[in-house]
Amino acid sequence: MSELLVSGGRVLDAAGERTADVRVVDGTVVEVGPGLSPGAGALVLDASGAIVTPGLVDLQVHFREPGREDAEDVEHGARAAALGGCTAVVCMPNTEPPLDDAAVVEAVLARGRRSACDVRVAGCITKGRAGRELAPLGELYDLGVRIFTDDGDCVADAGVMRRAFEYASALPGAVLAQHAEDPALVRGGHMNEGEWSARLGIPGRPAEAESTIVARDLALARLTGGRYHVLHLSSAQSAQLVREARAQGVRVTAECTPQHLVLTDEACATFDPVFKMNPPLRTARDVEALRGALADGTIDAIATDHAPHAPETKEQPFEEAPPGMLGVETALAVVWTTLVEPGVVSPARALEALSWAPARIAGLDAAGHGGPVEPGRPANLCVFDPAHSWVVDAHALASKSRNTPWEGWKLTGKVRHTILRGRPTVRDGALA
Amino acid sequence: MKHLLSVDDFADRPAIEAMLDLTERFVAVSRREIRKVPALRGRTVVSLFFEESTRTRLSFETAAKRLSADVMTFSVASSSVKKGESLLDTVRTIEAMGVDAVVVRHSAAGAAARVASWTGASVVNAGDGRHEHPTQALLDAYTLRSHRGPSLDGCRVAIVGDVRNSRVARSDVKMFHALGCEITLVGPPTLLPERLGGWPVTVAHDLDEVCGEVDVLYMLRIQRERIDQACFPSLREYASRWGLTPARMARCKPDTLVMHPGPMNRGIEIAAEVADSARSLVAEQVANGVAVRMAVLWTLLGAGGTVV
Repeated sequence: MSELLVSGGRVLDAAGERTADVRVVDGTVVEVGPGLSPGAGALVLDASGAIVTPGLVDLQVHFREPGREDAEDVEHGARAAALGGCTAVVCMPNTEPPLDDAAVVEAVLARGRRSACDVRVAGCITKGRAGRELAPLGELYDLGVRIFTDDGDCVADAGVMRRAFEYASALPGAVLAQHAEDPALVRGGHMNEGEWSARLGIPGRPAEAESTIVARDLALARLTGGRYHVLHLSSAQSAQLVREARAQGVRVTAECTPQHLVLTDEACATFDPVFKMNPPLRTARDVEALRGALADGTIDAIATDHAPHAPETKEQPFEEAPPGMLGVETALAVVWTTLVEPGVVSPARALEALSWAPARIAGLDAAGHGGPVEPGRPANLCVFDPAHSWVVDAHALASKSRNTPWEGWKLTGKVRHTILRGRPTVRDGALA
Repeated sequence: MKHLLSVDDFADRPAIEAMLDLTERFVAVSRREIRKVPALRGRTVVSLFFEESTRTRLSFETAAKRLSADVMTFSVASSSVKKGESLLDTVRTIEAMGVDAVVVRHSAAGAAARVASWTGASVVNAGDGRHEHPTQALLDAYTLRSHRGPSLDGCRVAIVGDVRNSRVARSDVKMFHALGCEITLVGPPTLLPERLGGWPVTVAHDLDEVCGEVDVLYMLRIQRERIDQACFPSLREYASRWGLTPARMARCKPDTLVMHPGPMNRGIEIAAEVADSARSLVAEQVANGVAVRMAVLWTLLGAGGTVV
């Protein structure tokens, strides 16, 4: 029997906040309450001054396996995720080859079983992410896949998307997730279309490329009764569409990235491609609207779209660099510093968006992620110090790549311990 | 001034006017029998052109040679770039050879700024994608000032055509505005920037309404290589609505001047007889390009020494 005691912290989960220690035996929470004393031989993790919360769940990471292991792999990505407080992540399928085949999915899942967090994958909606024929959704579902997406590309053909909604509705718990950018409207574009793109002479990707696809997909979800999830929602218009559709009973969820909640297209004026991503960073007005949508629950989850690129790939002129930025190791601290401390969202809402909401969307609640922290549940926990300040140093991150937009930012909030089924993956801020 | 990446690198109007005054002195040098001064002897200037542009490259190289600098030409067609070398590695390689200034032409916005962040040498932007072309703006301002100066306050300039894809227009708007001109952008909505918030311009779509009112018609090149979508129905329709035809020219004020950054599409944005008329400054623009670039290179590399 192995016992672990998380001692002296404040537990915060979907059930609320309370001062409590957490006793874990053989990977399962057995007791939650104040003043617990460790049993003989128990491992005691200090949580004084810290918040003890269900392990974070990142719905959207690119660990680049298979195909671009020079930029990231499951092992390094999972370490970065654990250091960021995650106990589970969902890898996007735009790998080389893509995750449209059971054998490839199995190989990635096998790599994940030896890593620092639970690694799940999203499967492709269409074969080869080409947008024409359905990928083997059922076969992938049988391997545990619950999120399907062609992320990186939008399923542009409305007929294909409709059939996918219909087919997936026979798979309980499955959800179609869209990279909502109409390829015809973003062709040749590299940043948000707006005053900054006009000034910089960089062709734009209009917010309408997102909102028109979101509107179309919401109509299709309504038509088919299908479940729909908007990946990295980035614009005020899209947020409003989701808000209205949900009020009408459409089965829709949405996520937003920390970068879209904090940064704007003005950052592109540096021409530093670290600020290039798809969908692009938008305007201050969009940031305000996204913050409001996060606060009122229209945006359910915060996901990072952790997208590593090797330096030689990313360090190019802006228009030639690939889109994407790191995020999995910094998300909690960025959210805490920029949204919780200034009072934009409550600590509970922030942690919901980082843990139990995404766990529910991905069906990972059934696998013991997202809490609540109560006896009988698997001990997947994140213990973080909300007062600990640190400065982001790209070279100190666990990812294989360095393309963080937060380089040099002073952040508040740092993960002290991450616990995966009772086993510390991060202890005292370092990989265990 | 360490680099010239954008017209914004000039602190204010007097800084621009000082550069134009300096250009005047190099124009004088260009008229001498011996058109060469020793100002940059021992300095090395490399021209790094990732986009074909014989005229701009020759203009810079001539300017550097007249200042007695050593000139290296990096030609992409026969270089390691064709073998897959990145821009960063190319810059590091060139820097390792020891250069004082890099003149960069690239198809991507901000490329010159990226190069400037990677090298200790001075960088001159010779055109970066659709972003800026500051030495073109200087030579345009110099040319216009020599006809309408010394002050350009209140000078009415129409910039006509493909503003959206034009680095010349982005630099010229800043330059002409800084010098006190009133600017109107004219063209089909599909060729004007989608958002013009913060631009010191007025916008018109009908050239006939504008041409009689302005002092200068600055005609932009239709860049067929950058227009990849249906932005107008045909070149014929474009020429009839936004081209500077002899009939339109006849409706202008008698002293209205015509400018064009070259190379011209004769018969599309500008009729041949207009381009070759006495009111066209096109040839002067090219001629002044060398002196402007001498002034820029001297300012970046030779400041403190004597000009001539």
